Amino acid sequence: MIAFRPNWQAIAAFLAGLASLVALPFTATMETGASLLVTVIVVGASVLSMLKLRPAVEAVILAVASHGAAWLLIGGLEDAFGTATFGYFASLAAAWLLAWRLVTVLSEMKLTSVTAQRTVSLIVPAIFGIWILILWEALTRGGGVPFVLLPPPSSIGARIVTSTNILAADFVQTVLKAVFIGYLIGTLSGFVVAVLADRFRFLAAGLLPIGNMVAALPMIGIAPIMVIWFGFDWHSKAAVVVVMTFFPMLVNTLAGLAATGHMERDLMRTYGASHWQVLGKLRLPVAMPFIFNALKINSTLALIGAIVAEFFGTPVVGMGFRISTEVGRMNLDMVWAEIALAAVVGSLFYGLLALAERIVTFWHPSYR
Amino acid sequence: MSTMPVISARNLDLVFQTGDGSVQALSDITLDIEKGEFVSLIGPSGCGKTTLLRVIADLEKPTAGSITVNGTTPENARLDGAYGYVFQQAALFPWRTIADNVALPLEIMGLGAEEKASRIKRNLDLVNLTGFEKKFPWQLSGGMQQRASIARALAVEPDMLLMDEPFGALDEIVRDHLNEELLKLWATTKKTVVFVTHSIPEAVYLSTRIVVMSPRPGRIHEIIDCDLGDDRPLDIRETPEFLRIAHQVRDGLREGHSDEA
Repeated sequence: MIAFRPNWQAIAAFLAGLASLVALPFTATMETGASLLVTVIVVGASVLSMLKLRPAVEAVILAVASHGAAWLLIGGLEDAFGTATFGYFASLAAAWLLAWRLVTVLSEMKLTSVTAQRTVSLIVPAIFGIWILILWEALTRGGGVPFVLLPPPSSIGARIVTSTNILAADFVQTVLKAVFIGYLIGTLSGFVVAVLADRFRFLAAGLLPIGNMVAALPMIGIAPIMVIWFGFDWHSKAAVVVVMTFFPMLVNTLAGLAATGHMERDLMRTYGASHWQVLGKLRLPVAMPFIFNALKINSTLALIGAIVAEFFGTPVVGMGFRISTEVGRMNLDMVWAEIALAAVVGSLFYGLLALAERIVTFWHPSYR
Repeated sequence: MSTMPVISARNLDLVFQTGDGSVQALSDITLDIEKGEFVSLIGPSGCGKTTLLRVIADLEKPTAGSITVNGTTPENARLDGAYGYVFQQAALFPWRTIADNVALPLEIMGLGAEEKASRIKRNLDLVNLTGFEKKFPWQLSGGMQQRASIARALAVEPDMLLMDEPFGALDEIVRDHLNEELLKLWATTKKTVVFVTHSIPEAVYLSTRIVVMSPRPGRIHEIIDCDLGDDRPLDIRETPEFLRIAHQVRDGLREGHSDEA
C-alpha cells in the first residue's frame, strides 16, 4: 500500500510539468526527445515527492531531478538565444519548485549529529545561491534579455576567467592601495582622536556634535576635490576613504568609551587607578563591541568610497575606472565581473572583521 | 596611637545638587569606628547609609564636617589601598577569568608575578573558590560571583572592608551561607568591616555594633551594641538575646520613621 503525502510545491511542479507538454520542443535547438525527458524528470520527481518516502531518499531524488532538469534546460539553449517557448519556462518553473521542496525537506530533517546539521546549514544557502544563478542564466538566455541590460552569469564567469590580469591589477590599485591604506589611516586616526577627545573634554565637546553631523553626510561628494588636492593616482582615493572612515570610528569609539558602568568606574577609583589604567583595563574592553561596529561599517564605506572616487579621474587602472569605462563601451560583462570582485572582496573583508570581533568580544552576551 | 579610631567622622554634611533642588543626603554624622569592629549601617532607602560608606571610601566628598580614615584623609587612605570595597553587584569584568579578576587590583598596584599568583591563590581559597580560577564570571552563579568579588577586595590586603549591601541581590539561602562565611573570614582576618544592609537579621547576626539611620535628611538615629560573642552559629538567630537586639533595631527604625508615618 502506497501512502500519499501531497505538498503544494510537488503539486504545482506536477501541473507545470504537464503544462510544458503543450509547447514541444522547448527551444529552437532542443530536440523534442530531450524536451520530453525534462518533462518526465520533473513530473516523475513531483509524483515521487508526494509518496511517503524517507526524507533523505526524497532529498536525493529532488536534488538530482531539479538540478538535472535545469542542466538539460540550460544546455538546450546553446545558441538559441531568446527562442524559449512557454514549455521551457513551465518546466523551468517546475524544476525550481522541486528545488524549493528540496530546501523545505532539508530544513525539516531531524538530524542528531552536529556535522550533519552543519552540512545541511551550508547546503541550504548554497542551493539558494545556485538557483539564483540558474534562473538568471535560463531567463536571460532563454528569454533573450539584451546583453546590455543583464548579461547571463556564464558570460560574466567567462569574462572573469579571461580577464584575471586586468582584475588583479584593478584589485591591487583599488583595494590594496586606496581601500587598505585609506581604511588604516582613517580608522586609526579616528580611534586616536576619540581617545584624546575622551581625555581632554573640550575636544569631545567640540568634536562630537560635528562628528555626528559629518558621519551622516554623504562624504563621497568630496571625491572631486580630493582628486584636485591629491592627484589622479590612488592617493586621492585613499584620502576619500580616510575622510569617510574617520568620523564613524570617532563617534562609535566615543560612544563605546562612555558605555562603562558607574560601579566599574568606582571600583577602579577605589584602586587609585590612573586614567590610562582605567582606559586600558576597563573602558577599552567595554568599548570593543562599538569599535568593531565602526570597523565593519567602515569596511563597506571604504570600498564604496574608493570605487566611486575613481569615477572622478584616475590612471587607466582600478575597479571604479574599469566600471565607468566599460559601461561606456557596452562591455557589461566586464562591469559585472568587477562587481563580482567587489562583492567577494567586501564579503571577505566584512567576514574577517566579524570573525575577529567574535574572538575579541567572546565575553559579550551576544556571543557567549 | 593604637586607641585612635580607624574611621572618625565629625559633623558630616553632604548636600547633593539635583535638577529639582538640593537633597540633604547626610546631616550631622558623627561616628567613630575602632579597629577590628564589624559595624553595620542599617536604615530605609534614602537614609544615606550607602552615601556614608562612599564618603569613607572617598567616592563622595562631604560638603561640611571632617572625616579621617586611618588617621589621614579619605583620599590618602584610598590611594594607600587602605580598604577593599564590595559593591551591590559583583562587578566582575566578563572578559577576565576569575583569577584575572582577582589580579586586577594587584596589576594596578604593580605587584610581581609571584606575589600576584600567591595572593590570588590564597584569597580564592579563603572564599572557597579554588578550582574556579579559569572560569569566566558569567559561568558562575550569583553567589559565587559575589564571593569572587570579595576575594578581589581582600587581595589588596586592606585593613578594612567596606561592603555595600553585598548580598542584597542574592536569595536567602545563599545569603545565609555567605553571611556565615563572612563571619568566619572576619574572625580569622580581624579586619575592620563597615557593612551596609537593610536586613535586620543580617545586621544583628554579623555586627558588633549597629548604626540605625533615618531618612530625610540622612542621619544617625541610634547606635546599638550587639555583643553576641565571637562564636555565632546560624541558629543563634533563634536565641532570646538575638531577638532582643533585633527588636531594639526594629524599634529604632520605626522611631526614625515616625515623623512620616
